[in-house]
Amino acid sequence: MASVNIEVHHVTRVEGHGNVVVNARNGVLEECRLDIVETPRFFEAMLLGRPYTEASHITSRICGICAVGHATTSLRATENALGITPSEQTRLLRQLNFHGEMLDSHALHTYMLVAPDFFGVGSVIPLARSAPDAVTRALRVKKLAGDLCAAICGRHTHPIAMTVGGFTHLPTIAEIKALRDRLVDARRDMDETVALFRRLPWPRFERETEYVALATPEQYAFIDGTITSTDGASCQVDEYRKVTNERIMEHSSAKHCGHRRDSYMVGALARFNVNSRHLHPRARAAAEELGLRPICTNPFMNTAAQVAEMVHCVEDAIRICDELVVRGIKPESRPVFDGKGGGGVGSCEVPRGTLFHHYEIGEDGRITSANCIIPTGQNLANIEADMRAMVPQILDQGEEKVKMMMEMLVRAYDPCISCSTHFLDVRFV
Amino acid sequence: MRPKVAFFDFTSCEGCQLTVVDSLQTHLDLLDAVEIVQFREAMSEKGDDYAVAFVEGSITRESDEARLRQIREQASVLVALGACAHLGGVNAIKNLSELDSVRRYVYGEKAEWFATYATRPLDAVVKVDAFIPGCPIDRRELIEVVKALLMGRKPPIPDYPLCVECKLKENVCLYDKGGVCNGPVTRAGCGAICPTYGDGCEGCRGLVPTPNRDSMQNVLAEHKLTVDDVMARMTMFNAYQLQAMPEQKK
Repeated sequence: MASVNIEVHHVTRVEGHGNVVVNARNGVLEECRLDIVETPRFFEAMLLGRPYTEASHITSRICGICAVGHATTSLRATENALGITPSEQTRLLRQLNFHGEMLDSHALHTYMLVAPDFFGVGSVIPLARSAPDAVTRALRVKKLAGDLCAAICGRHTHPIAMTVGGFTHLPTIAEIKALRDRLVDARRDMDETVALFRRLPWPRFERETEYVALATPEQYAFIDGTITSTDGASCQVDEYRKVTNERIMEHSSAKHCGHRRDSYMVGALARFNVNSRHLHPRARAAAEELGLRPICTNPFMNTAAQVAEMVHCVEDAIRICDELVVRGIKPESRPVFDGKGGGGVGSCEVPRGTLFHHYEIGEDGRITSANCIIPTGQNLANIEADMRAMVPQILDQGEEKVKMMMEMLVRAYDPCISCSTHFLDVRFV
Repeated sequence: MRPKVAFFDFTSCEGCQLTVVDSLQTHLDLLDAVEIVQFREAMSEKGDDYAVAFVEGSITRESDEARLRQIREQASVLVALGACAHLGGVNAIKNLSELDSVRRYVYGEKAEWFATYATRPLDAVVKVDAFIPGCPIDRRELIEVVKALLMGRKPPIPDYPLCVECKLKENVCLYDKGGVCNGPVTRAGCGAICPTYGDGCEGCRGLVPTPNRDSMQNVLAEHKLTVDDVMARMTMFNAYQLQAMPEQKK
């Protein structure tokens, strides 16, 4: 019977510091953990006493990859707390900006962090010589995504012009038209991306899982929505604690989240499983080509779902550009703080899944309490559940193989560890 | 021979390392100029024979110091990458509150499980040879610093205030629009990007070496603002520096 003793110190090609520990003796799994060893950063405490106008600027610094996602979610929490409804123009620009970040983050994860595993190399750097077309394509898509965000909010990491109730700077129609042309050109890059990733031999592994994502009746939800589960439950975002249910596990290093089962998954695969009917037809065709069909229970397919979402984001970004060109972009007055504080929750589907920010704001406009729940924190219990289910299936293939598969599994979730450790949800026990 | 380069991070969002990756969009030939031997976020290989270390993040717990000292011992040149490494950055906001209350607020009764101490920049622990300021770093500046290092020159980081660049951009002064801006005392080099996009400078590049405090106070008085108004904003990235020089705070 097989025995393995694995400790991967600092899993590479993921955001942040995590260790994988697997011990099995005579075919029996004794230990199987993803330890989070990132330094805590205390963002929630840092927000206390700061003016509400700073919250989105401070919390965007939680994450260099999903800075726009944090800023948007933060603004939605503040706006809900203060009873502010953003204008249609603000809504459109935020969604367009969000598509930019989604494209950037997914291009980074699919091409630069995951693809090297399938080419048998340690990073994207050797691929710059052996597969230059793919690498220049990834860089071209990332540049488009970055330029899109820069036109709307100054820069992708960390956004500048996004503020409570609107923007401090607006793009010109000429800029939007130029971006639209580049987005149309990017369709070819999307086709080639689908063609590349459909050929990859995804590891075969299935485990029945509950998937959770925001949903709306009209569209593939990214900003706002109703929390929706493939197990059939749904609730409003201000009831988020009903879903996240933080709990301390005696055997585990991190505090975990569970809804109806011991764990659930958020992220691109969860969004696909909950909302695939709202994908743009081109993205639905891409999903089909990639072998994705709801409900897909192979976590490695999270990367494929990201590819389908890239196609969707390009198409929806083109649609928004067209709408902006027709309606024009006008300076708008922004709400003035009326001395009434309050509490509110904001929620968005950021690249790695559902993100919640919850603030209380006092009558002096300063933040009196803050809570943030991060996608990776919600996924930790599910990653470990996958690890526990997968290891016995591959134990006889030797330590190196188990080690590689565990790293690939963790990577498939696209974890954002330095995000997740700032918060209550990840507690060591 | 191409210099061997490694990237490391401590407490940070890793956005500066991502900016390094993003700089390949326009400067893919960087990969021909240096040999990257370690970069955990982007590659699996972990080479330890580097000459130049780029370090992102601030130091927030004692156990991080040994790792940083080890990097310092190996590297001939250690570059602080971004505001967290250079200044302490947003991580130092927590230094403004009592540390135990901060830990209890986030981790409740389990606070003692989380080792942490007052946030500090890299140069509070080891000698730093060069720094690339900003939150995040500016891509063009990164390229300039790398070029200078390759030629054995000191990297060209401006030591004049942001207002110089803001004026060249012909921006309307944020103070004249009723805003608050740290531009008059903050180190230039970002092209005044925040004021250009309608938001006051947050001071992420740190104070200029000799800030003109009298002039800053005049600007504030002229716009009926108090020192507190601007200090609150300055603590977003410079809490460590402001605490380290209390006599200059007023």
